[in-house]
Amino acid sequence: MSTSETEYLKGKANEDYEHGFYTDIEAETAPEGLTEDVVRYISHRKDEPQWLLDWRLKAFRHVRERIDGGETIDWAHLDYEAPKFDEISYFSAPKDKAQYESLDEVPDEILETFERLGIPLEEQKALTGVAVDAVMDSVSVATTFKEKLKEKGVIFKSFGEAARDHPEIVREYMGTVVPYTDNLYAALNSAVFSDGSFVYVPEGVTCPMELSTYFRINEAGTGQFERTLIVAEPGSYVSYLEGCTAPMRKENQLHAAVVELIAHEDAEIKYSTIQNWYPGDPDTGEGGVYNLVTKRGICKGDNSKISWTQLETGSAVTQKYPSVILAGDNSVGEFYSVAFTKGHQQADTGTKMQHIGKNTKSTIISKGISADVADNSYRGQVKVSKNADNARNFSQCDSMLLGPDCGAHTYPYIESNNPSAQIEHEATTSKVGEDQMFYCHQRGLGEEEALKLIVNGFCQEVLQELPMEFAVEAKELLDIELEGSVG
Amino acid sequence: MPLLEVKNLHVGVEDEDIRILNGVDLTLDTGQLHALMGPNGSGKSTLASVLAGREEYEVLDGEILYDGEDLLELEPEERAEEGIFLAFQYPVELPGVSMTNFLKESVNSVREARGQEELSSAEFLKMMRERADMMGLDADLTKRSVNEGFSGGEKKRNEIFQLAMLEPRLAILDETDSGLDIDALKNVADGVNKLRDDDRGFLVITHYERILRYIEPERVHVMLDGKIAQSGDMELADKLEDEGYEWVREEAAAAAAA
Repeated sequence: MSTSETEYLKGKANEDYEHGFYTDIEAETAPEGLTEDVVRYISHRKDEPQWLLDWRLKAFRHVRERIDGGETIDWAHLDYEAPKFDEISYFSAPKDKAQYESLDEVPDEILETFERLGIPLEEQKALTGVAVDAVMDSVSVATTFKEKLKEKGVIFKSFGEAARDHPEIVREYMGTVVPYTDNLYAALNSAVFSDGSFVYVPEGVTCPMELSTYFRINEAGTGQFERTLIVAEPGSYVSYLEGCTAPMRKENQLHAAVVELIAHEDAEIKYSTIQNWYPGDPDTGEGGVYNLVTKRGICKGDNSKISWTQLETGSAVTQKYPSVILAGDNSVGEFYSVAFTKGHQQADTGTKMQHIGKNTKSTIISKGISADVADNSYRGQVKVSKNADNARNFSQCDSMLLGPDCGAHTYPYIESNNPSAQIEHEATTSKVGEDQMFYCHQRGLGEEEALKLIVNGFCQEVLQELPMEFAVEAKELLDIELEGSVG
Repeated sequence: MPLLEVKNLHVGVEDEDIRILNGVDLTLDTGQLHALMGPNGSGKSTLASVLAGREEYEVLDGEILYDGEDLLELEPEERAEEGIFLAFQYPVELPGVSMTNFLKESVNSVREARGQEELSSAEFLKMMRERADMMGLDADLTKRSVNEGFSGGEKKRNEIFQLAMLEPRLAILDETDSGLDIDALKNVADGVNKLRDDDRGFLVITHYERILRYIEPERVHVMLDGKIAQSGDMELADKLEDEGYEWVREEAAAAAAA
């Protein structure tokens, strides 16, 4: 790489985090520490039924044991200080906790926050046809488009509401895809989860709009523990997008979400994520979000399909492996991912495709981009069970390095117990070639234009999987990430 | 009036003790097409790269005037904006970058620098269709990623198509005819002929006089060991075709000894 390019890439590190600001809303916050009292307090504050409290307490005892046993996650290619679980406050809610009937009732500060993030709820309501269940800190503050969804019988509400209004469905499915014993952070989430989204699509219904939730982390030292559950009944379809961004903070913020997807026979769930949380100080890495998330879906019925698409550009540390259990015959699992790390960011992300049913198919396309001194790892597992006849997998993992000091790693794990399985894995690592840059320059494009074009091209296969309007947003986000103080 | 004047150009590789060009002198007038021939390793492609502004080469001595101005002062993208176009010997693939996107950015960047108005999407697409048609380029290629999965011939034709889109004042073709079958060769030559113009100069680097028969250069230069060893007209190209480069080498040695 030429000197000017190295300088240019260094320049990017000086960029301020665009979404770094803080909303001044008085919050009620639970005392620091992970105790049974705190779990009871959360459940009480959220007006939860007894069965849910019992479930939380079971999870609490489990996670407490694991923490006290000194469990750490040390197998990932990540280097960071483990969260101090007893110094975290596990609950905070905007003071004005009521569910609003209309947007008019939502405090101006909250609306302003969304506007500064470029997410004007009202405009979205009027223009885009996207229903928004906005999660600010831990309590859902505004929900739109309920009527239209109601007509179709689609249930889209905060997890807390759903637990009260539809206990039979929530009880049946919660924890069935990601049990509270799954891993340390899933266990923690199960004990103290704050809120999240619940989606239920009845049999044969195609959800009439993209469902979208915006998460924000807001209070100092408050972990955010979202829990999302999506159930698609036979023959239904739903597309769900979560877009995330958080204000600039000094402390590390722990984000340990759990997402569970259940697709019955002939159902399809498309789950897209844009994650743009505060990555920490670009020079020291201090203060960024720890994004440690468990996402898993099960293709329960025959001919069902689950597709994960993610654009991960934020957080100091990202560790997540959106996975699919392909239980139904002919079921399909997909994972499309772009992970962009710069400054001191670290990402260890990938997927797990578990082939159990016959004629199951999975596709993995992963693009990792690394700049400055950032580290980016793909970790993926393809597992074919004994009875999964004719399983097919195609994996492609490409890494791109922008500069001499960043890292890219690929850890594919393949376990096949059925001789009829066909598994293909391709991996490439490339530097943005001087040849490519020069070719662009020769056609009149400057450093920044050329780099944007090449990086966007590199990610194209993944970006095109995003719903149209979000693909545009995603491209914009990538461009912003690449913009520096050139010249 | 001279469009390009290369004077006593000495070039080495950055940070290495290698000299590739040892005093090149070359003048190209507007409206002319010159051929540059010579054996492998004589420095032809290096000259093309230096003209386009490739950074790994270091100019040790001499100067290059483009339109009377110092070319070496300009960044590669500025040279492109000023109207220098290089048809690459090995066109680069840009996976996932659509031809349409790439050329739209490229054309508008160059137009802006030349004080022309940016083209609307409709105008751009119309221009792209027309030029693809004029150059005999399969329109489907413009829907694909830049050079990705293109055959050798398609890549070369694509370079000439880009030349047509960017409307440069100086076009440098670096062995665009290498590896082409006879039909593709004619196609490229036709393209070049259509683009010849009183305001445009061409420097065509080639190993074969075959393409020169189609495009009829005003001058033919032979490069040897980083210098122009012979200059002449089409007869020179014919002689090289018949006799090879040995006689050029001998004459150069004799001249050096004298």
